[in-house]
Amino acid sequence: MATLFEKIWDRHVVMRRGDDVLLYVDRHLVHEVTSPQAFEGLRQAGRAVRRPGSILAVPDHNVPTTPERAVRIDDRESREQIEALRRNALGTGIPLYDISDPRQGIVHIIGPEAGLVQPGIAVVCGDSHTGTLGAFGAIAFGIGTSEVEHVLATQTLWQKMPRQMRVAVTGALRPLVTPKDVILAVIAKIGAAGGTGYAIEFSGDTIRRMSMEGRMTVCNMTIEAGARFGLIAPDGITFAYLEGRPLAPPPGQWDAAVSCWKGLPSDPDAAWDREVALDTSSLEPHVTWGTSPQDALPVGGAVPDPAAQADPGERARMRRALEYMGLSPGKRLTDIPVDKVFIGSCTNARIEDLRAAAAVAKGRKVAPGVTALVVPGSGLVKRQAEEEGLDKVFRDAGFEWRLPGCSMCLGMNPDRLKPGERCASTSNRNFEGRQGPGGRTHLMSPPMAAAAAIAGRITDVREVAR
Amino acid sequence: MRERFTSLSAVGVPLDRGNVDTDAIIPARYLKTIKRTGLGEGLFFAWRYDAEGKERPDFPLNRPEYRGGKVLVAWENFGCGSSREHAVWALMDFGFRAVVAPSYSDIFHNNCLKNGMLPVTLPAAEVRALLDELLAAPGGKVEVDLAGQVLKGPKGDVHPFRIDPFAKTCLLEGLDEIALTLSSVGEIERYERERKKVTPWLFRDLAG
Repeated sequence: MATLFEKIWDRHVVMRRGDDVLLYVDRHLVHEVTSPQAFEGLRQAGRAVRRPGSILAVPDHNVPTTPERAVRIDDRESREQIEALRRNALGTGIPLYDISDPRQGIVHIIGPEAGLVQPGIAVVCGDSHTGTLGAFGAIAFGIGTSEVEHVLATQTLWQKMPRQMRVAVTGALRPLVTPKDVILAVIAKIGAAGGTGYAIEFSGDTIRRMSMEGRMTVCNMTIEAGARFGLIAPDGITFAYLEGRPLAPPPGQWDAAVSCWKGLPSDPDAAWDREVALDTSSLEPHVTWGTSPQDALPVGGAVPDPAAQADPGERARMRRALEYMGLSPGKRLTDIPVDKVFIGSCTNARIEDLRAAAAVAKGRKVAPGVTALVVPGSGLVKRQAEEEGLDKVFRDAGFEWRLPGCSMCLGMNPDRLKPGERCASTSNRNFEGRQGPGGRTHLMSPPMAAAAAIAGRITDVREVAR
Repeated sequence: MRERFTSLSAVGVPLDRGNVDTDAIIPARYLKTIKRTGLGEGLFFAWRYDAEGKERPDFPLNRPEYRGGKVLVAWENFGCGSSREHAVWALMDFGFRAVVAPSYSDIFHNNCLKNGMLPVTLPAAEVRALLDELLAAPGGKVEVDLAGQVLKGPKGDVHPFRIDPFAKTCLLEGLDEIALTLSSVGEIERYERERKKVTPWLFRDLAG
């Protein structure tokens, strides 16, 4: 009687020290922002990278998404950070998908595409959204730079077993309601710290019907509920996604791998520290109004009134959020105009996300005065989208079609909001200044963001698409 | 390698906000550095400065009574969001050596311990009382004794706190955790030999 997480955990214990275990790390993804100090630390201590072949490096946070990036990057610090990654990877024998590589893209998107993220593995990255990869039935978690250095040097990390939470998601999603709406509803239900100290397994028929892309969207935002780990039991959908990918188990080992993976799902009598249930049969598209991902509401709702909040701390937080967002209590969410629209990020820049947004954009036009970006999550997503003609759909509708990268999710590259600008965004964080100093973010799904671009305001995609 | 933490007595700085995220602690544009130092300049940038770059006089870090404070007292879920260790580096570069809050994000909490910064977790009611004391009488000192696992508020109020015993040792002695792990490299090698037999596909070289 063990959970999926506990089974994987037990297979990765190298040794124990009190409550701590030394956890073996199978795969390690590295990007340019959180790794330079780790490599510097190794150099200063005269230490080697233990298993360069278990690591994959890619620049994503700093990269511009416009074509000039192939010849130059104007921002000196961004350029230096990307060059440092290149130097560190080449110098230690770590494989690198460099800026001009057709496989380059957002770190959490390229790992699955390559087939290197598999059920039953432990995978880390110096990035809080690493939980995305738990969608394959893996222990996947974000770490700090000191821990990156520890993994580079030892292929292990000292960890404590997290508590176990199961979120059971049931019911058929209605048309134009997406995995993004599911996870926003989960975060609203348990709160931004509700998952702190936990690994969250998502189960239930809604999850079982989701594609790997949808499952990754759900696990991606587990950290916004405070949990470092989100995971989903592997099944036929997982295996079908992986089979034949370049770094998946080779044909001679495939059957052995699948039979090993089939034993991973949580036992029926596994014990949970906390269980949460969400019925999605009447779930509405969700939108955030505030500056925490927990501030999500159905699109038909209105900005809440802090005065109605009993807890004084929460009341003060809501007041600050509304002041920052330039919103008043009672305003209908669908009356909020937007300046920019961002379709992209490790949450929602996979092929299905772009298809869903394109279906809404097709034959329509971006509202006057609105700038709308579509940023595919990787070179492979971009190529596939272009083969399907999605780029043309977006361009004809007035969207900009960009090169892969983190783009406007985080205000580190040229794509960012100006102070006071308001954005309908498919990304994962609506924190103050996240998309640029003074910028205001409303999180939503790809079809909802496309609908906002067309209407020029937050709108219920089901009305636009009707 | 890493900074030690034993004890300190310093001005407590109240930051009475919940869910303070690491984007607020250090905005992304400061993450372009390849160093660990100099990040204090960007600490709480949007809260410390207005749009014209002038200090906001009412923000606690800007008030003269709190200058030089080394203990930040904050509210629930401190350090949520991004894994950026730059948040801890920025707090330390600015002069902070300890944070007191009812709860932290898991990654931020780990990052503190790796850098010799002490995250003290106290019950919400005790943190509330500390915040109120520091707000009512700015400049009050907070004493932290890690060996004795006790924090004293400005009025002499005593707050015992819990900490993981190994993390405590690492902080007190400034241990190099990587060196410590590498002293068990034989265990790691043995694990790898065994795993290669069971799941050989996980030892495939990602280069190709």
